[in-house]
Amino acid sequence: MMINKQVKNAEAAIDDLNDGQTIMLGGFGLCGIPENCIAALVKKGVNNLTCISNNAGVDDFGIGLMLHQKQVKKMIASYVGENAEFERQLLSGELDVELIPQGTLAFRCMAAGYGMPAIYTPAGIGTEVAIGKEVRNFNGKDYLLETAFNADFAIVKAWKGDTAGNLIFKATSRNFNTVMAMAGKITIAEVEELVEPGQLDPNQIHVPGVYIHRIFQGSHYEKRIEQKTVSK
Amino acid sequence: MLDKEAIAKRIAKEIQHNSYVNLGIGIPTLVANYIPKNIAVCFQSENGLLGMGPFPKEADVDADLINAGKQTITMLPGAALFDSAMSFGMIHAQKIDLTILGAMEVSENGDIANWKIPGKMVKGMGGAMDLVASAKNIIVAMQHVNKNGESKLLTNCTLPLTGIRCVKKIVTELAVLAVLPEGGFKLLERAPGVSVEDIKKATLGKLIIEGEIPEMAFD
Repeated sequence: MMINKQVKNAEAAIDDLNDGQTIMLGGFGLCGIPENCIAALVKKGVNNLTCISNNAGVDDFGIGLMLHQKQVKKMIASYVGENAEFERQLLSGELDVELIPQGTLAFRCMAAGYGMPAIYTPAGIGTEVAIGKEVRNFNGKDYLLETAFNADFAIVKAWKGDTAGNLIFKATSRNFNTVMAMAGKITIAEVEELVEPGQLDPNQIHVPGVYIHRIFQGSHYEKRIEQKTVSK
Repeated sequence: MLDKEAIAKRIAKEIQHNSYVNLGIGIPTLVANYIPKNIAVCFQSENGLLGMGPFPKEADVDADLINAGKQTITMLPGAALFDSAMSFGMIHAQKIDLTILGAMEVSENGDIANWKIPGKMVKGMGGAMDLVASAKNIIVAMQHVNKNGESKLLTNCTLPLTGIRCVKKIVTELAVLAVLPEGGFKLLERAPGVSVEDIKKATLGKLIIEGEIPEMAFD
């Protein structure tokens, strides 16, 4: 019998997620964010979180909803330019923020998912990102040592999944979701369509279920678009 | 003097046949509109796409398909999707031939600042620090002077750096300039109606002028 990771819903999935923990949230901008789990985190009112995510949502959606409730103590992100409340909390000192290069963010997740303690990257050499970090020269080029993330929970959103935890993503909603899925001590996946084992083609799986601890089918996806841009 | 579209049009001439190119937000995004028909180019969007196409028709808008500027886009035949780690993997492995991005300041030794104004603007570096650390060729598209009329081409950057000794070429509303490996902005071309004197006045860093400086051509 195949291992079954299914939980009832977002509330059940985050039931033991507590104040002060470190959580990863997948997505790029509002694309591919775990909407159901974010709503459940806001409802649960869990506080003092350290959030690792590429962006911080917008004022009234995504991680912005958690910032509005002041649930986030520290944000680790690469770009936070779409969120006025975020900028206010940062400039007033209410929120601790660590801005890191986007590739470094991805590689620190990847390292965690591959069991590697650290990676070397040239991103940030000669900038304030390099302050206090080990620099090593390989083949004439300087690289920064960046350590793997250590997150209590990773929360990701996939297009399709099965109850064994196998995930398939659609288009550019894959972004950070795959590497974060691999990086959590506990990984929660919410999916648009949850099926039985055998119904997904093993050739098409982006993240194998071994990395996933809990999975559920989400509902009422808004999939808000930040910059709707059309051609005539 | 060039407008933003003309800056993009001039930069499009720099794109080599059969190249992979990453376009930053702002003027660089416009470059895609001016690629000559006989040039094969594949645009990378660092959120996880190679083969980015034009903006979609209203009926084809897909919230799951965006570019790094969070704009809705399309995929061209031959496109490929991947995750953020592979995206920055191909950037750091130097598979991307050219990066075109905006800047707040560039120094005469090729340093670039474009992600932070201390105490004022906190947006973050996004993928810019990765791109400038590893791209084989980096072209900056920007205005020659800032809103206060101060030169953005400096001896040393005053704002927090994004990367060091990386910018190869700059296209502004006034000029095309190469950043020399030994330091200095070498004036290559003038914008139509702009004199060498105008460019001198707008450039604070070391400007190198050798011989007659031709006017930009756009054919």
